[in-house]
Amino acid sequence: MLAPSAIILGVFVLYPLGRAVWLGQQRCNNFGGNCQSQGFSQYVDVFQSTEFQNALVVTFKFAVITVPLGLVLGVGLAVLADKYLRGIGAFRAIFSSTVATSVAVASLMWLFLLQPSVGALANVGWFNAIFPSVKDPGWLQDPGTALTAVAMSSVWASLGFTFILVTAGLQGIPMDYYEAAAIDGAGGIRRFWSITLPMLGPTLLFVLIVLTTRAFQTYGEVDLLTDGGPQPQASTTTITYFVYGQNSPISGDTGLQATGAVLLFLILLLLSLLQLRGLGRRVHYGE
Amino acid sequence: MANDAVADDGAVNAPETAEGVDLGGRAQRAKPFDTPKGARRIGRYVLLAGVSFVVLFPIYTTLIAALKPGDKVLENPLIPDAFTLDVLADAWTEGRLGRYLFNSLVVAVLITSFQLVTSVLAAYAFAILEFPGKNILFLAFIATLLVPLEATLVVNFDTVDSLGWVNSYAGLAVPFLATAFGTFLLRQVFMTLPSDLRDAAAIDGVGHLGFLRYVALPLVRPTLGALALFSFLASWNQYLWPNLVINEADMNTVQSGLRLLSKSNLSEPNLVMAGTVIAAIPIAIVLLVFQRQLVRGLTAGAVKG
Repeated sequence: MLAPSAIILGVFVLYPLGRAVWLGQQRCNNFGGNCQSQGFSQYVDVFQSTEFQNALVVTFKFAVITVPLGLVLGVGLAVLADKYLRGIGAFRAIFSSTVATSVAVASLMWLFLLQPSVGALANVGWFNAIFPSVKDPGWLQDPGTALTAVAMSSVWASLGFTFILVTAGLQGIPMDYYEAAAIDGAGGIRRFWSITLPMLGPTLLFVLIVLTTRAFQTYGEVDLLTDGGPQPQASTTTITYFVYGQNSPISGDTGLQATGAVLLFLILLLLSLLQLRGLGRRVHYGE
Repeated sequence: MANDAVADDGAVNAPETAEGVDLGGRAQRAKPFDTPKGARRIGRYVLLAGVSFVVLFPIYTTLIAALKPGDKVLENPLIPDAFTLDVLADAWTEGRLGRYLFNSLVVAVLITSFQLVTSVLAAYAFAILEFPGKNILFLAFIATLLVPLEATLVVNFDTVDSLGWVNSYAGLAVPFLATAFGTFLLRQVFMTLPSDLRDAAAIDGVGHLGFLRYVALPLVRPTLGALALFSFLASWNQYLWPNLVINEADMNTVQSGLRLLSKSNLSEPNLVMAGTVIAAIPIAIVLLVFQRQLVRGLTAGAVKG
């Protein structure tokens, strides 16, 4: 009964990881031949290379923008819609709607919004007058704004997901707590900080981990919106794009791609351990 | 006894059970305390409407672009002052979206059905059977949860290539026919079955397959629904793998097909937007129909996002 799962997971999850570790430490010549095992020095070399360091910094910046913003907006929307009002279901449906967009769909919507010549915002007169940079050079084309622009697309795309999870969390908080607090004279803001946020702890930790992991796995947005550019700074080349992207300096080199993939695995592993250890203790799990 | 267990088949990593989540906004938590009145009520509606406008804005501009004739798209991108269905038809034929939607459907159905079967079997084995090496195998399953997809695709491409599966449904689907995540989810539920029940069934001459079919499976039906939806969405939305393993136009999935459409029609945004709309509609419908399963699946499943 175990065999089907064990074979698939063995061949397509565990074996490739082991094989990547092996491939990643082999040094080959420029044509991919004459490979030799050289210990793990290639991992160190790739990790220290300017290109990988750049990808690391880009990915960290991307996470620093998308994760807190995604959390705050998700909680904001959920709290906003957590009232008993006629028609609230329609608003909840709207707030969850982005969960139906795949990364390709969401990215192409934002590509159309942001493109400088054939994009929507660049062709709206008043918007152009306030933000001339949307047309020249274009937010996705300017090295100073490209990463933020890609991040906005990503935050938008994950809003629905965060909203649904936080709404689920809010509905798990017993109403008695709020009633008791209200009787004791706690106002709305006080109730939010003293009841809502602590009780949402486990949900928020969960969302935080998912959003951070996603940030480090970001590929589709970059591939569709910027191709890792603007060049030559590679302003939006995330680690995953560095490993798999067409415009990556290691594109087509399986050995170096394997090195990059293993480094990505190690970083994600480290991140999840850190988050679980550091935050797990401070989270209130209720009774 | 078995029915009681359904209620707390809680998801592995989910902080809350999603059972009571109500996106439809019915009055289950309605209390006077929860209901703003007078000016606050109006203020809340204004706020909700404003935020809705911002959230929907990219979808709004996309729809407008998709429904305008090519020469009008960039004149007033925010105003629906012209209307045509021609661009949608063009995107359907030029972008070969019918073919790609079909490919995506085949792959997603393959992955979903196989994942359900393989994970039910494996979960049953881990929860009910005793066999040598069980703990080590279980650890190996746990270990696969820590390996991100992105770390395996470099080598998986070589594997699929050497099997001759590039540009095929097999190449798109086979690496994903099993899921450790689904296995854990179902194992949790199977573990709630009292061992007396299995013993009694064995005495009555019911084999494992019979026990699985008549006792264990009915217990996990809600979990299976959520898992199915989650598997379907995850495989339908895959982006990186189809791009690696497909380079023949006919074999693209919707996602890699959209990429192709976008990269080859950069100067025709309305065509690309029409393609985007067509690609988005099936999933929007699926999610509308399966809202409940979605919430369950998300709270349980996002770990492997």
